[in-house]
Amino acid sequence: MRRKLELLDNALIERMLGEAFQLIRNPGVRVAPYVVELLRSAGVMVTDGVAHIPEALARRSLELAPRGFCLYDRQGNPAVRYGGDNVHFDPGSSCLNILDAETQQARPAVAADLVRLVQVAEMLPQFAAQSTAMVCNDVAQEIGDWYRLLLVLWYSEKPVVTGAFSASSLHTLLELLTIESGGHKELRQRPRAVFDVCPSPPLNWSEFASQNLVDLARAGVPAEIVSMPLAGATAPVTLAGSVVQHAAECISGITIHQLAQPGAPIVWGGAPAIFDMRTGKTPMGAIETAMLDLACSQVGKHLGLPTHAYLVAGDGKVIDAQAEMESGISAVLGALAGINMISGAGMLDFLACQSIEKLVIDAEAIASAQRLIEGIEPRTESLAVAMFGQAGLQGDFLKLKETRSLFRKEQHFPSSVIDRGLASHADRTPGILGRAQERVEELLVRYRRPEIPSKREQAMLEFAEREGGQVGLRGLPGICSPATASP
Amino acid sequence: MPEDAFSAMRQSIIDGAPDTASDLARRALAAGIAPLEAINDGYVPGMQAVGEQFGQGKMFLPDMMASAEAMRAAMAVLDPELKKLGRERPMAGVVVLGTTKGDIHEIGKILVGTLLSAHGFRVHDLGVDVAGEKFAAKARELNADIVGVSALLTTTMRNQKAVIEALQNAGLRPRVKVMVGGAPVTRKWAEEIGADGYARDAMSAVALARNLMEIKAQIPVAEPV
Repeated sequence: MRRKLELLDNALIERMLGEAFQLIRNPGVRVAPYVVELLRSAGVMVTDGVAHIPEALARRSLELAPRGFCLYDRQGNPAVRYGGDNVHFDPGSSCLNILDAETQQARPAVAADLVRLVQVAEMLPQFAAQSTAMVCNDVAQEIGDWYRLLLVLWYSEKPVVTGAFSASSLHTLLELLTIESGGHKELRQRPRAVFDVCPSPPLNWSEFASQNLVDLARAGVPAEIVSMPLAGATAPVTLAGSVVQHAAECISGITIHQLAQPGAPIVWGGAPAIFDMRTGKTPMGAIETAMLDLACSQVGKHLGLPTHAYLVAGDGKVIDAQAEMESGISAVLGALAGINMISGAGMLDFLACQSIEKLVIDAEAIASAQRLIEGIEPRTESLAVAMFGQAGLQGDFLKLKETRSLFRKEQHFPSSVIDRGLASHADRTPGILGRAQERVEELLVRYRRPEIPSKREQAMLEFAEREGGQVGLRGLPGICSPATASP
Repeated sequence: MPEDAFSAMRQSIIDGAPDTASDLARRALAAGIAPLEAINDGYVPGMQAVGEQFGQGKMFLPDMMASAEAMRAAMAVLDPELKKLGRERPMAGVVVLGTTKGDIHEIGKILVGTLLSAHGFRVHDLGVDVAGEKFAAKARELNADIVGVSALLTTTMRNQKAVIEALQNAGLRPRVKVMVGGAPVTRKWAEEIGADGYARDAMSAVALARNLMEIKAQIPVAEPV
């Protein structure tokens, strides 16, 4: 039986939703000109860029949004199932720095770093999806959005959690996805990616966020709202108040999205955090941040919607006990809450830094969380008596056929990252960082790039060369050098 | 007793009590205390105490916000009187502040601006969602010494670099120091984008601004561009 962790009772959720509906009506939600006519045509009053959304319209929109949908891998298999209490993890996204593998110091990330991360994440079954995890500082900012996605699609078969930093780049990203999927129809039917769309707290759908919502809905590509109330700074200081704001931002976003295309897939997601009143930082590893994530997600579940949250991130600058305490706790909490997509693994330093070594350590915490939610099953007709019948008081259970047939189901075996006293660990104690470094290298050696049908691969290269050429990109960093004719 | 009055002014800032701060300012003027004296001996020590206590973890950001509000209230009474007397507080430097393009958050920036003002800087706050070119234009117009760029989000902190580029393009970089700050910003990031300094909080922004002014004084630029 699957136990679920819930922080809110139904009465409090209804109260929160009641206030969220009040907020989107008054003071309303700031929206961009791009969606004003769409909202007005549905009877929404929009004055001075502020939409006053009636509860009835918002509730209808929430009803129209699908209860679940799938993301597909390159082979066309459903690999991520949004909805219900399904739990998946993906690496944290879009950070600027990488913790260098050798020096363990943060430095600006480049395309080669993202390639390494994608290859490692591809080898780890704990990650159902990839993410466009890093900003590649060796690629011009204007093409950074689609370039990250290109690298992920090039080196991975898994679904992708991605996003656009501007309205214009969304269309380039969609074009690339269309090429990779084999056409518009194929992309709609079997979407490979979900796009994060972030409102600006409080209650503001900026130009590019508004446009992304509408354009994704019309393209039939799933959108994932990432609402980021910062409790005490850009949102009420109380956790309950911030959950209300999160709900108001999600509900208003879903209303815009469903008006653009009823039934288009969308996720109730977020990256809420507390605002540290000593430093002004936004600690992602704080327990209150995890509580916000769980509570926000629970409200989405109450409405029957697919959910997302940002967890499994640490706030320190290095891989240490703090990083793994914060990440491990939140991985377990997120899994117990049944959040459909949990982003954040590998992240350090308030989401400013990715670490591939931390990613493989986090994968172990995630595996433990995944084992935890499998729960305890009565796998045998007699739970213990029949086995005692065979083993008697001598207690030699190791010989029993049940032991041999069931131990793999009962026990999760961590990788060499976790020291469980294996012989290979016996004569040395490299510590978890050393073991993680070895694990990364081992995974990279075993990694094989999944094949892309040659016609599509060629079309992706032509796309990249055409788009990259517009900003003078020479070669394709992470794929081929300027001197190389083909990858 | 002036000492009691100064002590009360100082305490009104520490308490974050704007009504008390402005009331004490009015009473000080009525009692014949010079406005500059009230500022320098009453209110500024209050802000300094707040900064120290914040640095020691004894006061928190909401407390500092309230203290800044109290400082503003006192200055709203004292500034016009200073002007009437044809006097000005000695000016520590001219700072143009703003939140970077795409970012609408300004809590940290407001705190920095208030503390800089309290410490004798003339601050022009451009507000939020400010393009690099706007920073450059205002820096040129005011002959600014320092441009301060804030960002709260990892997605918008990249635009701090665009501000530095805009200052470079406008030919202002040799004489305008740039300091950056905001929740996701680090010293390393500041170095990477070529900023002159990074401040982790409002009080350290004051120390940084003073430091940058000293550096400027040591390396004079031959010609304003």
